[in-house]
Amino acid sequence: MTQNALTPGIVAGRLDPDAYADKFADLHPPLDDHEAFVAADRCYFCHDAPCITACPTEIDIPLFIRQIATGTPEAAAETILGQNILGGMCARVCPTETLCEQACVREAAEGKPVLIGRLQRYATDRLMARNSHPFTRAAPTGKRVAVVGAGPAGLACAHRLAMRGHDVTLHDAHQKPGGLNEYGIAAYKTVDNFAQAEVDWLLQIGGITVETGKRLGRDLSLDTLRAGFDAVFLGIGLGGVNALGLEDEDKDGIADAVDFIAELRQAGDLSKLPIGRDVVVIGGGMTAIDAAVQARLLGALNVTLVYRRGRERMNASRFEQDLAASKGVRIITNATPRAIHGNGAVREIEFEYTDDDLAPTGQTFRLPADQVFKAIGQTLEGEELPKLDGRKIAVTGAGRTSLKGVWAGGDCAAGGEDLTVTAVAQGRDAAEDIHASLMG
Amino acid sequence: MADLTSNFVGIKSPNPFWLASAPPTDKEYNVRRAFEAGWGGVVWKTLGEDPPIVNVNGPRYGAIWGADRRLLGLNNIELITDRPLETNLEEIARVKRDWPDRAIVVSLMVPVNEESWKAILHRVAETGADGVELNFGCPHGMSERGMGSAVGQVPEYVQQVTEWCKTHTDMPVIVKLTPNIADIRKPAQAAKDGGANAVSLINTINSITGVNLDNFAPEPTIDGKGAHGGYCGPAVKPIALNMVAEIARTPELHGLPISGIGGVTTWRDAAEFMALGAGNVQVCTAAMTYGFKIVQEMISGLSHYMDEKGFASTADLVGRAVPNLSDWQHLNLNYVTKARIDQDLCIKCGRCYAACEDTSHQAISMSEDRVFEVIDAECVACNLCVNVCPVEGCITMEKLAPGTVDERTGQVVQKDYANWTTHPNNPGKCAAE
Repeated sequence: MTQNALTPGIVAGRLDPDAYADKFADLHPPLDDHEAFVAADRCYFCHDAPCITACPTEIDIPLFIRQIATGTPEAAAETILGQNILGGMCARVCPTETLCEQACVREAAEGKPVLIGRLQRYATDRLMARNSHPFTRAAPTGKRVAVVGAGPAGLACAHRLAMRGHDVTLHDAHQKPGGLNEYGIAAYKTVDNFAQAEVDWLLQIGGITVETGKRLGRDLSLDTLRAGFDAVFLGIGLGGVNALGLEDEDKDGIADAVDFIAELRQAGDLSKLPIGRDVVVIGGGMTAIDAAVQARLLGALNVTLVYRRGRERMNASRFEQDLAASKGVRIITNATPRAIHGNGAVREIEFEYTDDDLAPTGQTFRLPADQVFKAIGQTLEGEELPKLDGRKIAVTGAGRTSLKGVWAGGDCAAGGEDLTVTAVAQGRDAAEDIHASLMG
Repeated sequence: MADLTSNFVGIKSPNPFWLASAPPTDKEYNVRRAFEAGWGGVVWKTLGEDPPIVNVNGPRYGAIWGADRRLLGLNNIELITDRPLETNLEEIARVKRDWPDRAIVVSLMVPVNEESWKAILHRVAETGADGVELNFGCPHGMSERGMGSAVGQVPEYVQQVTEWCKTHTDMPVIVKLTPNIADIRKPAQAAKDGGANAVSLINTINSITGVNLDNFAPEPTIDGKGAHGGYCGPAVKPIALNMVAEIARTPELHGLPISGIGGVTTWRDAAEFMALGAGNVQVCTAAMTYGFKIVQEMISGLSHYMDEKGFASTADLVGRAVPNLSDWQHLNLNYVTKARIDQDLCIKCGRCYAACEDTSHQAISMSEDRVFEVIDAECVACNLCVNVCPVEGCITMEKLAPGTVDERTGQVVQKDYANWTTHPNNPGKCAAE
C-alpha cells in the first residue's frame, strides 16, 4: 500500500519518491557570480567593522568582501579560512542574523544587511572547488597532540596544531569525523555531503591521523592519552540527552531529536525513513527546529513544536522560528509536558500552560502524537574528566582545564554559545595556546 | 507647467534636450525613435566625404563601472558615419520633413580645404536641416588624418574653417570643441572670431579604459591590440562643466552661445550645465545606456524644477550660476564651517573616522560603542567626511556665526569678507581699499 500524509503511525515514504530532493534542497542556494558581485558591492568597507566584532572567529569580513568584489574569491577564502578553517560550514549554518549580519551597518540603515554568510560561502566554495589547500605546515616540532572529538572544535584545533608543525591524532567516537556537522545539523543546510568534503579538504594540511570509533571512557582513557601525548585537547561535545522526567518516557514513538537528525543525515534514501503523521517536538533550540522542519519535509501531516517558556526565550533565532513556521510547523509556547498517554506506543501528550518562570497555570491540553522528539538540551557524558563548572568542563584562558596538559573547547567546555563558529574559535585558540605551551 | 521650448541660435525645439552626434543619431530609424520618445532635437552623426570611412570589426567601446555595474564612463573608437553621404542626406531630408518641430543639426567633418567644406555645406542645406556642427573634437582615428581634434587643437585652423563655413552657408554654425587641450578658451575664441554662431562642448577625452591583465592589451582590444579612444559618460561631467563655465565667464567670450555636452544623464545634470551657461544640452551616453525613454524624466524633472523656482522659460535658468563662479583667491577666508554628524542618521560605519584619521586631520573621535563625533579643535572643514559618508545628509558642514571662536585657530570668526589677496601671509598682497 502506498503511504501518504494521512497514513496514521510512523511510516516511510509519505511523499512521492521524486519529492524528497526538492524538499531537502539547499536552504540558501549558492550565489552565482553576478549575485555575488551585486551583494559584495553593498559592503561599505566599514572602519573597525562591527561585523568583525560580532563574528566569534573575527573574520575580516570587509576585506574578504572587497576581495570578492575585485574578482579574487580565492584570496577572499584565504582571509576567511585563516581565521576559521570551517568557514565553509559556518557560512551555511551560522545564525548570521544574530551575528555578523545583525551587526552590519546596512541592517541599521535599511533593515537589509550585506549577505555576509552567502558571500562567505561563495568564496569558500570557489576555493574548495579547486581542491587545493592554501595552508602549509611549519617545520616539524616533534611534539604529538591528541585531539578527542572530530567536531568543529576538534577539527579547528587539529588543523591549527598541524599548521604549527605538531603531529596530531584526532579521535572520534563515531564512524565518521565531523561531529555535529556530520550528524547534528539539518540536511538542507549542508547538502551534497559537504561536511565530509570539508573534513577531507581540511585534512589536506597533513600531519593529522584520524582514528574513528574511539570513544573516550570506552576505547580511550584520558590518563593514557596524557601519558602518550605532549598535550590533549577535548572537544567531545555533549553526548547525553536530557530527559523529560515523565513516566512512560520509554514508550514507542518517543525519541531524542539528535538521534532522529543523525539518522536522517546518514540515511541514503529519505523515502525509506519512517516519520509520524502527528509529530510533536519538545524544545526551543536549533535542534528542536531542525527536527520539526525535517519532520515536515519528510511528509508528517502535523508537526507541533512546543516550548515551555515564551517565544523571546527560545534559543532558536527568529529566522529559524520563521523558517519553521514557513514550512508549516505550528509553534506553541508556554507549555510544559506533563504526561504521556498511550498503550504501548505514544498516542497523546499532555501539556500544561506555564508562564516564563514556569509557574503552572492548572490549564492543560493534549496533542495527538504518534511520534515525539525530545530536544530539551544535551549533557556532558564521561568519567574522569577535568574539573567541571556546573555541568561542563571548567576552562580558563584559551581552554585550559584543571588538568595540566589538557585543554577543552566546543560544547563540552563551559561558557560560549554552543555554536559551530564558537567551537571553531575555541579549538583554534586552544591550539595556539597548546603551541605556545609546548614551544615556550 | 514651465515652458521648456528652446531657441538655440535660432534653432527651435520643444525642449532643450538634443541627442549628440554619435551612434544614436546615425540613421533615420534611430532618429525617428528618438523623436517619438520626445527628444527635442538631434545632431546627426558626423558626415564626411565619400567613399565612407570604415570602422573596426571588433569592439568599439570600453567602459568603467561603479557599484552594481552602473556604467560611469564609456570610451569609443568608432569613427564618423560609415554610410554613403547620399544615404544620410536623403534620410535627413525625410525625417526633417516628417518632424518639422524638432531640431536637426548635421555634424560635419571633411578635410581642411575650403572646397570640401563648401561642397558638403551645399548638400546639407538642400535637406532642410536647421544647422551644422563642425566636428573639431573626435580624438581618435580621424585626428590621425588631420581632421577632428587635430583641427580643434589648433585655434588658427578652427577660425579658418569656421570662416569658410560662414562664408558658404546661411545655416547656423556650431563649432564642437575638443577637451584635449590646455586652455578651452583659446579654441572658443577662435570659433567666435571665425564667426561661429555657437560652440558645443565637450567632445570626448583621450582615454584607455583598462588593460587586459591576461594578454596585456589595452581595452577595447582588437586582435590583441588597443588604441586610445574618446571618453564620455557621467565620469566626464565635472570636466565638461568646468570647460563650459570657463567659456561662460570669460568677458571676451561673453554672449557666445554654448551647447553643453558631457555626461548629462538626468534633468539635474542638464539644469547644472544650463545654470553654468549652456543654452541647451546634448546627450549621448545616457541614451546609449538606458535607451531614449530617459528624455521623459528629463522633461518632467526640468519642468517641475522650473515651476518650483518660478522660471517661466529656460532663459531664466541659463547662466544663473555664472556670476557665482570665482577664482580661488577671491573665496571668503572668513567663512568658517565645521562638520556636524547627525547621530540619529549615523549608521556607525566609521568611514568618516577612517578617512579623517588616516588621510586628513584627526578631527573625528570614535568611542568604544562606535559613536563618531567631530573635534572642532582639529576640524579644518575639508568636507571629506561628508563625501565618504554613505548616508546622504548625515554629515553636514555648519557655518560658525561671526563672533564665535574657531576652536582650531583660537580666532574669533569675523563677519567681514576677506580673501587671500589681502591676507598677511600673501607676499603679493594688495592693501585693502
